[in-house]
Amino acid sequence: MQISGAQMVIEAFIAEGVDTVFGYPGGAIMNVYDEIYKQDGFVHILNRHEQASVHAAEGYAKASGKVGVAMITSGPGFTNAVTGLADAYMDSIPLVVVSGQVPMSLIGTDGFQEIDAIGISRPCTKHNYLVTDAADLPRILKEAFYIARSGRPGPVHVDIPKDVTAQIAEFDYDVTLELETYKPHTKGNPRQIKKAIEAIANAKRPLFYLGGGIINANAADVVKEFVHKTGIPAVETFMARGTLSYDDDLLVGMLGMHGSYAANMAMSETDLVIGLGARFDDRVTGKLSEFAKNADVIHVDIDPASISKLVNADYPIVGDVKNVVSDMLELVEKIDADNYESWRETIVNFAELHPLTFHEDSERLKPQWVIKRVGELLGDSANISTDVGQHQMWTAQFYPFTRARQFISSGGLGTMGFGFPAAIGVKAAMPEKTSINFTGDGSILMNVQELMTAVEKKIPVINIILNNNFLGMVRQWQTLFYDKRHSETDLSVQPDFVKLAEAFGGRGYRVKTKEEFDAALKDAVEKNVVTFIEVIVERFENVMPMVPAGGSLFNMMLLEKKESK
Amino acid sequence: MNTDSNERRVVSVIVINEASVLSRITNLFSGRGYNISSLTVAPIPESKYSRLTIVTKGSVRVIEQITKQLHKLIPVLRVYEHEDMVEKEMAMVKIPMSENLSDINALCEAYNGKIVNAGETTIIAMVSDEPKRVDNFLNAIKRYNPKEIVRSGAVALER
Repeated sequence: MQISGAQMVIEAFIAEGVDTVFGYPGGAIMNVYDEIYKQDGFVHILNRHEQASVHAAEGYAKASGKVGVAMITSGPGFTNAVTGLADAYMDSIPLVVVSGQVPMSLIGTDGFQEIDAIGISRPCTKHNYLVTDAADLPRILKEAFYIARSGRPGPVHVDIPKDVTAQIAEFDYDVTLELETYKPHTKGNPRQIKKAIEAIANAKRPLFYLGGGIINANAADVVKEFVHKTGIPAVETFMARGTLSYDDDLLVGMLGMHGSYAANMAMSETDLVIGLGARFDDRVTGKLSEFAKNADVIHVDIDPASISKLVNADYPIVGDVKNVVSDMLELVEKIDADNYESWRETIVNFAELHPLTFHEDSERLKPQWVIKRVGELLGDSANISTDVGQHQMWTAQFYPFTRARQFISSGGLGTMGFGFPAAIGVKAAMPEKTSINFTGDGSILMNVQELMTAVEKKIPVINIILNNNFLGMVRQWQTLFYDKRHSETDLSVQPDFVKLAEAFGGRGYRVKTKEEFDAALKDAVEKNVVTFIEVIVERFENVMPMVPAGGSLFNMMLLEKKESK
Repeated sequence: MNTDSNERRVVSVIVINEASVLSRITNLFSGRGYNISSLTVAPIPESKYSRLTIVTKGSVRVIEQITKQLHKLIPVLRVYEHEDMVEKEMAMVKIPMSENLSDINALCEAYNGKIVNAGETTIIAMVSDEPKRVDNFLNAIKRYNPKEIVRSGAVALER
């Protein structure tokens, strides 16, 4: 069929099963928006900033497991979207982002709203394309979706000059992909898998180190089965939260800079790290030379470049973690769960010595209480997004996650302003679940314009703003490491968050007590409209435990011991 | 294999010959803090591929990362570090006509080269040899007041 480049974009999206596109129109992408107007194959959600469009697509992708799609115009439309691309790249989120570009004849002339988009997106995408002929579009779009979701997932950027979107060419989406230079290795080497199983069977203190790759690979169920059959304790990275349910006996907790004492000590004492889809990030390992010092390392990852990048792998296995763990399960009878009884007891003792907790010792509400309370009230019925900072760490520590894809947060890039638009994408993907965004008084203002998107499209995201009138995480570092010089982190001057939400047509609550909080959350869930619940919390609460940057995991700053009220 | 962190390494990369593939590779080096000592690139005849020869420095771990990261780039077909190779580099030097031409010619011959051009005021001498020997040639030629020197960067083939 002979159609325009713009029509091809629509047809390709429909062929890929895209049901939601997040975007913002502009000059160079107008031909495609004209076709969006005419079609009814998918819903377009108009964000109020291109960065938010990409974050929404990320939230959508993370919650659904499908490829997220965003569409933006050239120049500033594209540069606004770059943070989202970088965020998706760091967290391996499958996206296809289509941007308009000035017409081919203007490329290189510093035309209006021209920027070298491909040059800018190169280091923060898995792959990118500048389309120079509409005849290439079907193949390029098909490749883009395939590359985004296969192997180690990631964002793919397709830049289309305006004249190419007007150009008529043949559209046939049934082309077979011939990517001879891109063949992800998804099946683990059987010999390596056998060796790894033997290593596990011979280990005295093995420990699962579960990473976000498990969630990307939809491997949580097989991993859970493997953990339970082996009886080996597991620590989760921030990105893996929800792989094991919070009440799983074998879940030690989250490890890393703000990991629990038990998780970090377990990692320091283990003699065999079983890394599944984790990448030994610096926020996880602390000082590398002291990390799991006495342990051998099994490392399963789809990305060969992640293996032995930071920590040498004694048993490297390149493959899709779901395939590899399924293969491992077939050999699981070689592992005797009883062997690890005393190791499990050791870890229980760690957890009893310094449990993950907080003290309710202030006039104001404690932020951790708010998060736990939401968990008690909504639990599994909510998907939880966060922004970045203290509230994010507290959420990872204290929310009772029960399933993969329940927790959506910006891990690698640490993007403030991620949470609200992501929660919009999450709600679009899973409308039956309540979409909560835990945020801070700093982060929420970074994409606050999304109130308009949520009101217009009736997307009832509940933003719980843990307001301590501080840029809390930076304030915490200043308190601890900069002799309390709170440089530019005091956010005492603030908008009226209740009025702000109401000005857009949403609802706002300001709460100071537990009773008020319960009432506000209940009301917000019932009213089913975008909401700000501003919770006035203790100003100087620190996220604990904490491994200072560059320190060893076993050298944690711990919560002061005292009786909880 | 020498594990010295400053060990010289030669890596060949076979890539699809398409727009912006070279910048993908050089961006990767600069973005990840790897160093390029020399880089040559040319199409492989009668194929859709080009071949890059990159001379870099780094420890075994760094070179392993470079190899893996290069391989992650979508248009990259193959990456390999050379261990047993034939390696050659070319250099051209512009020298004033007033210098001793027969001495220069003799020197060039010692390095598998010759005088390839003679103009009114300058000559151009060319050598092609192993990079280390090209270094030696360029040292030796200094006494003849070279006006301009150009090196091609190394190319290599595994034996």
